Amino acid sequence: MLQAKAGQFFSSGHTNNWAVLVCTSRFWFNYRHVANTLSVYRSVKRLGIPDSHIVLMLADDMACNHRNPKPATVFSHKNMELNVYGDDVEVDYRGYEVTVENFLRVLTGRLPPSTPRSKRLLSDDHSNILIYLTGHGGNGFLKFQDSEEISNVELADAFEQMWTKRRYNELLFIIDTCQGASMYERFYSPNLMALASSQVGEDSLSHQPDLAIGVHLMDRYTFYLLEFLEDIHPASTANMNDLFKVCPKSQCVSTPGHRTDLFLRDPGNVLITDFFGSVRKVEITMETINLTAPMVKVTSHIKCYREELTVLSSRTKG
Amino acid sequence: MGLLSDPNRRRALTKLLTRLNAPICVMCYLAGVAWFMGLAFEPFTLRTYMSENAMGSTMVEERFPAGERALATGREFAAHKKKVGGMPVDWLVKTMQSRGLEVFTQSFTRKLPFPDENKERYMVRGTNVYGILRAPRAPRTEALVLSAPCSEGNNNNQAVGLLLGLAQYFRSQIHWAKDIIFLVNEHDLIGMQAWLEGYHHTNTTGGDWSPLQGRGGSIQAALSLELSSDVITSLDLVLEGLNGQLPNLDLANLFYAFCQKIGVLCTIQGKLQRNDWDTTSGYSHAAQTMMLMVLKQASGRPWGDHGLFLRYHIEAASIRGINSFRQYKTDTTTIGRLLEGMYRKLNNLLERLHQSYFFYLMPSLSRFVSIGYYMPAFGLLAVILLLRALDLWVQLGASPPGTEDGVAGGVQVSNGPSSPGVLSILTPVVISHMTGVALYTLPILSQEMAVQHFPVSETEAVVLTAIAIYTAGLALPHNTHRLLQGEGTEEGWRVLKLVALLYLAVLLGCTALINFSLGFILALSLVPIAAFITPHTPKALSAAIMVLLSPGCTLLYCVFVFQELQETPVSLQDGWMLFLSVISQGILDHALYGSLVYPLLALLIYPCWLLLWNILFWK
Repeated sequence: MLQAKAGQFFSSGHTNNWAVLVCTSRFWFNYRHVANTLSVYRSVKRLGIPDSHIVLMLADDMACNHRNPKPATVFSHKNMELNVYGDDVEVDYRGYEVTVENFLRVLTGRLPPSTPRSKRLLSDDHSNILIYLTGHGGNGFLKFQDSEEISNVELADAFEQMWTKRRYNELLFIIDTCQGASMYERFYSPNLMALASSQVGEDSLSHQPDLAIGVHLMDRYTFYLLEFLEDIHPASTANMNDLFKVCPKSQCVSTPGHRTDLFLRDPGNVLITDFFGSVRKVEITMETINLTAPMVKVTSHIKCYREELTVLSSRTKG
Repeated sequence: MGLLSDPNRRRALTKLLTRLNAPICVMCYLAGVAWFMGLAFEPFTLRTYMSENAMGSTMVEERFPAGERALATGREFAAHKKKVGGMPVDWLVKTMQSRGLEVFTQSFTRKLPFPDENKERYMVRGTNVYGILRAPRAPRTEALVLSAPCSEGNNNNQAVGLLLGLAQYFRSQIHWAKDIIFLVNEHDLIGMQAWLEGYHHTNTTGGDWSPLQGRGGSIQAALSLELSSDVITSLDLVLEGLNGQLPNLDLANLFYAFCQKIGVLCTIQGKLQRNDWDTTSGYSHAAQTMMLMVLKQASGRPWGDHGLFLRYHIEAASIRGINSFRQYKTDTTTIGRLLEGMYRKLNNLLERLHQSYFFYLMPSLSRFVSIGYYMPAFGLLAVILLLRALDLWVQLGASPPGTEDGVAGGVQVSNGPSSPGVLSILTPVVISHMTGVALYTLPILSQEMAVQHFPVSETEAVVLTAIAIYTAGLALPHNTHRLLQGEGTEEGWRVLKLVALLYLAVLLGCTALINFSLGFILALSLVPIAAFITPHTPKALSAAIMVLLSPGCTLLYCVFVFQELQETPVSLQDGWMLFLSVISQGILDHALYGSLVYPLLALLIYPCWLLLWNILFWK
């Protein structure tokens, strides 16, 4: 019976969730990219991923920009209904630290030893990672901060490095830029699912301007993504097929795309909370555990391996 | 063998060149004029668009509420101005301080080289008052300027009132990322020049002003406001600045975009845009607007207080409120909102405006012609000079019958009787340029002497001396030859003409690069005479044509055409008086602000024309 339960537990294969959220544009008129990233950050936090498991990279500070008529806020909706900046935003890479090199180092884990834990992606082979990128992009590249670009080949290679180093179990890649679909064309590592806000040759459009602030607040795709995610709660059973339907062409003007051929499971079986939330699977056991008993030799435990694991999973790893 | 090194082919080429030279020149001239006139035809122009990403579209919410209060402030300003009899400095300082600005004043004095009869001033003494609105959270590295002139009588009171009203409103906003400087300048351009020189720590024109106590960082953009009535029917945008420099087209695009958004009628050159480009009257309307811009740019004078900012690479424009007989009136609150919108967008700028064009012509406010499209018109005219020069080169290189020196080509400075000496070429050049120097320096220097001997005012003395020297130059050729020994030769005038053609080509080319309109207008009149003048053309007719197409007469025609285009045609006598005042203004602009049109005409263009006059009377 325990084995069946364990099987059910491991149906998704992951035990912890990470998120890497990147906004690559600076300057006041790119307010909407920061708002995009902060909206996803907010949803991800709300659904349970703690700050220690989120690497948030924002290339510019919109909340404290001199031009912001509402300082210390970043709004995602006009009429200022939703302040996504909030009180407990923890930005890990800020300003000029958001570079292609830092992004790739975070993904592959090749950071200098002095890098603090908050700036590292400490994922393992049971981690589900959500990667969200937004900014200005083109056919096959994403622009970082007006001075450099990351190409789709580099990104694909970085993911391959992650797979080889066993740094993820499954990875969901979402990109909201112009011609975003070009960024996932070159992926070749297993267990990658990708969503993009527009196809090659199309531009992703911004949603609404706020006249009091004077800029566009959000991009369309992320706006409707946020709307969709607001309905998700930790026990929700919505799956990836619902996510693929977010922002159809009538609302988005561009055609969102997705790629699932590298993903081993069927998207219909993948819960939204597998990536966006940190759903702890807790097994209640009626047995008492004697912690003062001496450690039993490993060999005798091989038979009870699976039972041990159910007990261990109640103290979640990571 | 190559095309140019094979003597047979070369002879064939040169024969072709010589034979077809005159027809090609005529065709190029007509093509150049046709190209220029075609620039105003709407399908050949481009629609204006915002190039600067940071400014984006006009999506701001303008909420300026206090138009009536601004008008009341304007009336107070008018009352104090009348009481003080000039600029009410203390009242302005107190009012600006009460609005929360950091207020400073600058006093300046300027002695004009001779009295300015248009504005009736000679010894100018004044004060500029400016208040700086510090950006609430930003470092003081960048600034924007809003200025209104303090004018005589009842002019521009509403402008100052609106400026103070906007200052009060802007002070309550927290989204300013740049300091905003509200400037009220006295004696319009002279005060503005003093302020700008003080701000940038330069002194190019020799004025005397007190140093500025407060600064705001590097100025990114400036607007000058001229508003003389409580309600207006349209807003006119003035772009032309000193030496024909224009602000970045994005500033005009910004103004036009906001006029469209708010629904205010906007004009350029005082003319409203028309939609019927395919009719003759529609085309002529656009052509007139463009010609007005060309004439204003060619004059090299700043046509609004903004004109002096451009020299410091600060994009600036003047906005003038016009109250004419239209039914729909716009009130001050709406103008305030338009300015608020423009300043909020300029606030978003991260770098100076540089994405759009700096060299353009505008047949209407929503259409423009960029330098790539209008330069070929000038190029076609310049090609005529080069073709004639090539033709002369060929003639000089071909062996004249009976010469002892072989077919060597080029000028040989030998003492043979058939080759010209350097002296015979150099003498006309030097004498022409010395006449030019005399035309440049003598009018101002000799005004006292002229006033003593003749019953004229100083201004008239200066202008009439200039005209006298100009006309005296006509008598030169007959006197130059007294200095030379012997007769001039056939080769002599050819060499002189070659030098003159190349000199003119370089001169006009450089002028057109900096100020296309000036270069083009001078080319229109000088290129025909430069191309076709020889000592063998009928003297009387050629002399008459040369005088009629000389730079002075071109200026006279331009004055008449300008008045026609502005729909205020003048009679001959009024036109002549206007012409004299234009000359005096030109000399004053050069002395006060560093305008380069007068030195260019006196020191370079006029001597060139004199060289051609010399060639005509070559003996």
